[in-house]
Amino acid sequence: MEIVSYLVYLIASICFIFGIKKLSSPKTARQGNQLAALGMLLAIIVTLFDQRVLTFEYIILGIVIGSLIGAVFALKVQMTGMPQMVGLLNGFGGGASVLVGFAEYDRIFVTPTIMFDEPTTISIVLSLLIGSITFTGSLIAFGKLQGIVTGKVVKYPLQHPLNALLLVAVFAAGVFVVIQPYEIEIIIGIIGVSLLLGVLLVLPIGGADMPVAISLLNSYSGLAASMTGFVLNNKMLIIAGALVGASGIILTIIMCKGMNRSLMNVVLGGWASAGAEGPAADSKAHKGTAKAIDSEELAMLLDSVSSVVIVPGYGMAVGQAQHAVRDLMNVLEKKNIKVRFAIHPVAGRMPGHMNVLLAEAQVPYDKLLAMEDINDDFPNTDVVIVIGANDVVNPAARHDQSSPIYGMPILNVDYAKTVIINKRSLNVGYAGIDNELFFYPNALMYFGDSKEAMSKLVSEIKAL
Amino acid sequence: MDIYGLLMLVYVFVLAIFVGFELITKVPPTLHTPLMSGSNAISGITVVGALLSAGAGELTISTILGIVAIVFAMINVVGGFLVTDRMLKMFKKK
Repeated sequence: MEIVSYLVYLIASICFIFGIKKLSSPKTARQGNQLAALGMLLAIIVTLFDQRVLTFEYIILGIVIGSLIGAVFALKVQMTGMPQMVGLLNGFGGGASVLVGFAEYDRIFVTPTIMFDEPTTISIVLSLLIGSITFTGSLIAFGKLQGIVTGKVVKYPLQHPLNALLLVAVFAAGVFVVIQPYEIEIIIGIIGVSLLLGVLLVLPIGGADMPVAISLLNSYSGLAASMTGFVLNNKMLIIAGALVGASGIILTIIMCKGMNRSLMNVVLGGWASAGAEGPAADSKAHKGTAKAIDSEELAMLLDSVSSVVIVPGYGMAVGQAQHAVRDLMNVLEKKNIKVRFAIHPVAGRMPGHMNVLLAEAQVPYDKLLAMEDINDDFPNTDVVIVIGANDVVNPAARHDQSSPIYGMPILNVDYAKTVIINKRSLNVGYAGIDNELFFYPNALMYFGDSKEAMSKLVSEIKAL
Repeated sequence: MDIYGLLMLVYVFVLAIFVGFELITKVPPTLHTPLMSGSNAISGITVVGALLSAGAGELTISTILGIVAIVFAMINVVGGFLVTDRMLKMFKKK
């Protein structure tokens, strides 16, 4: 039987690998996800036949409760709430790793016939550490995205020394436990301090840095699963966890590059310290005046153009404007205007956030272009419509060396003939700096809530 | 587990990370959110460990923790795969 389960675990690992491979194209992606789910099902079924599994009633109870909660989450969540959802799921994954790690410790602890060996104890300590940080860190990230915990950069006294001290303490305790494995209080202490670390590490990270935080936590949840694999001497867990860990790390790197910041800088909550305390007080003192345009004028302007690029940002998600944006695309296309979307890598609150929202609104994915694919096209574009994005279109990133966002890759929307910016006000974006784009001669402000503003524009165009 | 057993697992871990890097770099940005939620579901593989803990017979601290871990991991697994499927259903070409 053991041979069968080894082979099935191998098959499940292959399902995970091919499942992720199929995510390389939207055409095969759904199949890939189902393949990975099949691998999971096989792994669960074969484990139920394991000789160590003696009773089933509690297992079935756990599976039913967990599946029901998971299904309700998955079916109820709105697409705009996807970052929170992923954050929350991450947390449960990390929490499961802690529980399994501690359960395994306790099993060896109370069973006189088995002894602790060093590799197992090391693995237990690591799975408790990473799992705990993932658990509380993800819950804080969820709270920030959901608006329960402040989305601002939170600073507390002695932040860095405190975190460093706690981390050193956990490692010291870990070394101690490897030498003296029967000190259960130390193990509980490691869990406690790691849970605290998760809170302290994610709390300082500001709202718009969440793409990085969520990606990193995603990676941790994978590593936690891998560590559980080390504890249980199960290679499938190690492989599956490593795949997820690699995925999270790659997304983290992409997100950091998209902001031209180092991982350290994001994790330490550095950037936004300049202005995230609130909109700069002197934001009225500009070198020019921003020109505003109303929906009627904008409709007339759009009537005579041939190409439009729409740049969505977090404001579109907040305003739930994706369907109104799709309507705008449709009326423009009816007038034979070429409409495309430009997606900045860090637009929104998680990697690919905008793409999912627009897919929900049935915008074909081949109209969504990544920054590097569209940036050279802006000079040939008649009108760019920026909806709820700010820092990612700020030209200061290209030339103003004193700007905190200097060097960040941006969408060169200012090269287009006309740039329309839909925003609720002239306030600063996440980086806490003014956007000089608003005062460019080819820029026009179209004020209003994104959904209302787009719907109004659509009816004006229809009325022409 | 002895040190050689541990090294064997480290081998598997390191090689799997390389496979992961190769696979993930080929995922287009438009699918990054489903990639996250889908890979998230895969990390719920800890459920295997939870099943072993929870099924050990009489109710001990270890089995109770295992049952809670099953609930956590299954939320992760079912929620992750279902929500990913929901998203991927929406990705359509013109």
